[in-house]
Amino acid sequence: MSQLKLEPNFSDADAFYAALADIHRDRSPGESEQINARLILLLANQVGEQQILQQALDIAGRTTSEKRHDKR
Amino acid sequence: MPSSYTNPDYPYVHSPDQDANDPVHHPVIIVGGGPAGLAAAMDLALQGIKTVVLDDNNTVSVGSRAICLAKRTLEICDRYGCGQAMLDKGVTWNLGKVYFGEEQIYEFNLLPEPDHKVPAFINLQQYYMEEYMVNRCLEMPEIELRWLHKVSRVSTDDSGATIVVETRDGEYRMTCDYLLVADGANSPIRTSLGLESKGQIFEDRFLIADIIMKADFPAERRFWFNAPFHPDQSTLLHKQADNVWRIDFQLGWDTDPEEEKKIENIRPRVEAMLGVDREWELEWASVYTFRCRKMDSFIHHRVFFIGDSAHQVSPFGARGANGALQSVENLGWKLAAVMQGRAPQSLLQTYDTERQHGARENILNSTRATDFMTPKNAVTRVFRDTVLDMSREYPFARALVNSGRLSRPCTYEDSPLNTADTGDFEPGMRPGSACTDAPVSGGNGSGWLLNHLGNHFSVMLKGEFGTARLKELQDSIASLANRDEHIEILRVDAPRGDSTGFVYLTDDKGLLAQRYDLGRSAVYLIRPDQHVAARWRELDPTAIAGALERAMGVEADVEQAA
Ligand SMILES: Cc1cc2nc3c(=O)[nH]c(=O)nc-3n(C[C@H](O)[C@H](O)[C@H](O)COP(=O)(O)OP(=O)(O)OC[C@H]3O[C@@H](n4cnc5c(N)ncnc54)[C@H](O)[C@@H]3O)c2cc1C
Repeated sequence: MSQLKLEPNFSDADAFYAALADIHRDRSPGESEQINARLILLLANQVGEQQILQQALDIAGRTTSEKRHDKR
Repeated sequence: MPSSYTNPDYPYVHSPDQDANDPVHHPVIIVGGGPAGLAAAMDLALQGIKTVVLDDNNTVSVGSRAICLAKRTLEICDRYGCGQAMLDKGVTWNLGKVYFGEEQIYEFNLLPEPDHKVPAFINLQQYYMEEYMVNRCLEMPEIELRWLHKVSRVSTDDSGATIVVETRDGEYRMTCDYLLVADGANSPIRTSLGLESKGQIFEDRFLIADIIMKADFPAERRFWFNAPFHPDQSTLLHKQADNVWRIDFQLGWDTDPEEEKKIENIRPRVEAMLGVDREWELEWASVYTFRCRKMDSFIHHRVFFIGDSAHQVSPFGARGANGALQSVENLGWKLAAVMQGRAPQSLLQTYDTERQHGARENILNSTRATDFMTPKNAVTRVFRDTVLDMSREYPFARALVNSGRLSRPCTYEDSPLNTADTGDFEPGMRPGSACTDAPVSGGNGSGWLLNHLGNHFSVMLKGEFGTARLKELQDSIASLANRDEHIEILRVDAPRGDSTGFVYLTDDKGLLAQRYDLGRSAVYLIRPDQHVAARWRELDPTAIAGALERAMGVEADVEQAA
């Protein structure tokens, strides 16, 4: 089964993070929301494989449910 | 209202059953003369089983409802003998246009895949579909249609069912071995038996209007998200036969259905959409709330639920009537085999197993389309609008735009009736799949593979297997024929030798070999509903006999008894 990579895979992690922060600089929350949506869709298509996307979704979703749990 | 169609008026006929002292017994009674009930009667008639169909009305669907009939439905109807009439009357479109706000964001062209007898779909009003089905039923001596006979009560146990029927001449009773219930989505019979169809109701309303256009209008499908003439909602324009066009307006939850149905409220919407100069007349309008739901089990003692009474979907993706026909073709041959003593009772349970799988798939697809059209919260709306926005420029995003996916036949993955592949094959026609069509010559001269399959089991062979092996196969099949099992052997591209008892097909275009991955040699066992039961690279009569038993539910029987 295809596996989601959880070890570093960036060719330049610092550059990516800086660029991510950059595109959100001086944006309204609404614009940022749209940027994030565009980014997720672009990257999801690049990954393509549903099994991997599902693993990513599971991990992403788990964080929020854990947070919800912590609040209680 | 003006109309391009006049509903036929089928007469009420007083049946001798109404005057009998004791309830008259019939092997199979069908409640409901909609697409599901009529199809069931034809399927069983082809198996030599007599049916009585009772309908509380005296005509076909009033107003159109279903319009998009998928390929598989047309193939099933072709097997019943009413497909050609539908094809002749139906219309197709290839060009689809998708709009977001003011702008067309993209268009697509559904070029038909060549070398199939029927196209991927046609648009045809449901009343025509039903009328052609009724016409075919009237030709079949096994079928008795009783209009204006309303079933008011049903009771059942493991040996049969008793029903009470209301007519203008009063009530009468009948009994039957099997009762097929096709009384539609609200199924009062389901409720009266204490059964439920469970699922979700979408908090949204749709105005569905059929209009007759006076002048020609391009035969294309137009879908608007957030149209300028209908902000924040989706709108669909679809062509049907006779210059009738279907318009769907998403209305939202907080609207008054009675107000929206009024012509004075429909007119400005349509004018905003088509322009004020275009001449049209309203044929029919209705406001719907859609639901996706199904029963936990489609079988209740001797009562079998088929069609919308068993499983209901929202219309996006057109899986209601299309799904109904797939359920019917699944049940027909099984019921006949059990009634005629060719298969154990346990075969019937696989109607539920296989069609629960089909219903889940249809509900999943319809739910996804509905959710795309009606985002559930602010974040999903952002994603939805972003997908639409990006699809202008980036083709990848168009894959995510979902205004309903075309209905495709369900593959019965993991069905207890399948024999798993042991040979090396492409997955396309794996066990459980509905057979795909291919052009052929020879045989009965129809020119199409599907016209050679169905109603009985078939063994389709390609390869050089030697006379001895073929004889062994024929003997093995002849011994099954003693049990009244009719099995046909189709030989593809075989030299027409001296052996008799085979149907010879020629794969002139090589498409049969391609679509079924026949390679140098292949053997397919195909069910009476044109689904693949098993396939091999070698010809092994013992393996075929085993797979056949399995496909007849014999193994399921053993498992159940154990
Ligand atoms: C707006 C709309 C659009 C649709 N579009 C599509 C589409 O494009 N493609 C598609 O495949 N599907 C579509 N559907 C779904 C399709 O219309 C249904 O799935 C289909 O009609 C189901 O057939 P049925 O025979 O199960 O039930 P029905 O068509 O509802 O038939 C039930 C029959 O039973 C009779 N009856 C009821 N109670 C009794 C009784 N007690 N005694 C005797 N008779 C009784 C009724 O008179 C009726 O004739 C659409 C539905 C709607 C509402």
